[in-house]
Amino acid sequence: MFAPAPAYLVGREKVREFARAVHSTSPLHYDPAVASAAGYSDVVAPPTFAVVVQEATLAQLLAEPDAGIDFSRVVHGEQRFSYTRPIVAGDELTATLAVTSIKSLGGHSMVTAESSIVDASGAHVVTAISTLVVRGEE
Amino acid sequence: MRVGDVIAEQTFGLSRDSLVRYAGASGDFNPIHYRDDVALSVGLPGVLAHGMLTMGLAVQPVVDWLGDRGWVSDYQVRFTRPVLVHAADGATVTVIAKVGVVEEGAARIDLTVMFGGETVLGKAQVRVTFA
Repeated sequence: MFAPAPAYLVGREKVREFARAVHSTSPLHYDPAVASAAGYSDVVAPPTFAVVVQEATLAQLLAEPDAGIDFSRVVHGEQRFSYTRPIVAGDELTATLAVTSIKSLGGHSMVTAESSIVDASGAHVVTAISTLVVRGEE
Repeated sequence: MRVGDVIAEQTFGLSRDSLVRYAGASGDFNPIHYRDDVALSVGLPGVLAHGMLTMGLAVQPVVDWLGDRGWVSDYQVRFTRPVLVHAADGATVTVIAKVGVVEEGAARIDLTVMFGGETVLGKAQVRVTFA
């Protein structure tokens, strides 16, 4: 278990920027009026937006000297997001990382990191689970 | 809505610009996604799209199909093959979204995501919860 990462405030423009970057066209990600009509308090983040919040926790892992992980040798193996509710602009989110599994496979290592993300009230929003493959020296 | 129904099919064109834009938006600045020399030095055939970019765009046809009728409550993928993005020609990624399971108030949508005639994501499953 790692210490919680600093709180992340979800900005409307960040949601729009991320939505454009994943080639999204849904007005729920861009237009607060459309999001409001659908029952949300502001624009809704795309389903993979949680990776932005998770990033701070993965940075903690990669910066951990004991882990000895070379960033340029890391390949993403698997990813999952399990949501309790969608992320919306205005959310203040805090992510806490736990490394849940480390396996060695033919010279490579597989690390599974689980980031639990809660809102300002402490309620669960999403858990982001990454399996990273650290490729061995050739 | 029945199991096996194709609910959406979409083609995405990726360029190196897409990768730089995604790097900025996501905060993932791993140089294998924008520097050929670094990619080659770690044994890769060239610059690859971020797996998370492929994952992110692959779910968008489902989000568009769903509209305000519900939301994505779970989404998982395995990154099985890289998407190589050529400096001049880019890359074309095709997504087919098919109903896998229908439940009370929810469904599982299975994605087939192809690049260069091969699937690049495995077990790509989206759970949608209807409002």
